[in-house]
Amino acid sequence: MKVLLFGITREITGQSRINIPENAGINTVKALKSWLGQQYPALQSLSSLAIAVDSEYAQDEDALTPEQEIALIPPVSGG
Amino acid sequence: MLIKLVEHIDLNEAYAYLQSPEAGAVNLFVGTVRNHSKGKNVVRLDFEAYDAMAIRQMEHIAHDAFKQWPLVKLAMIHAVGAKEPGVPVVIIGVSSAHRDASFEACRFLIDELKKTVPIWKKEFYDDNSVWVNAHP
Repeated sequence: MKVLLFGITREITGQSRINIPENAGINTVKALKSWLGQQYPALQSLSSLAIAVDSEYAQDEDALTPEQEIALIPPVSGG
Repeated sequence: MLIKLVEHIDLNEAYAYLQSPEAGAVNLFVGTVRNHSKGKNVVRLDFEAYDAMAIRQMEHIAHDAFKQWPLVKLAMIHAVGAKEPGVPVVIIGVSSAHRDASFEACRFLIDELKKTVPIWKKEFYDDNSVWVNAHP
């Protein structure tokens, strides 16, 4: 599973894309957030952290599959 | 609808798009780079976007506005890249038969953009830089 990263999350992880090993067993948004928080504790200090699936905001209980475009969305600040 | 991300904002392009013989009002909001933030000098802003999702989310907001107000045309254009103080970075524009709808829709569109569209800005001061809104 690949996760796209932007803004401060790209800086925290040092990558614009993370490959998550299949054996991590991640299949929900909640599990992904929890895995990322353990791997990169600095993510936990952000004001908010959302997951987008195929360009839409996802909910914690939503299922994830490898063919989706998954992205980590830190607090937005456009405008 | 004219919805896009660009390197440089072109005010004339937005206005030309919004003009229509059906419209008696064209309302444009232009967001620009301010040279100060929380008492510090801002020397530059860097804007980064998740392009595909930013466009999708702006389309959602635009559709909501069309449902709420009788609009003729609508434009949402946001800049990406490095921007210096004074430079326009976002244009929200709508045209409508009467002015109330265009004023209200314009306000709604910029407020919603700031809440949900995946665009990020990093503020550069004289001595350091921060991602805006990232931390509580």
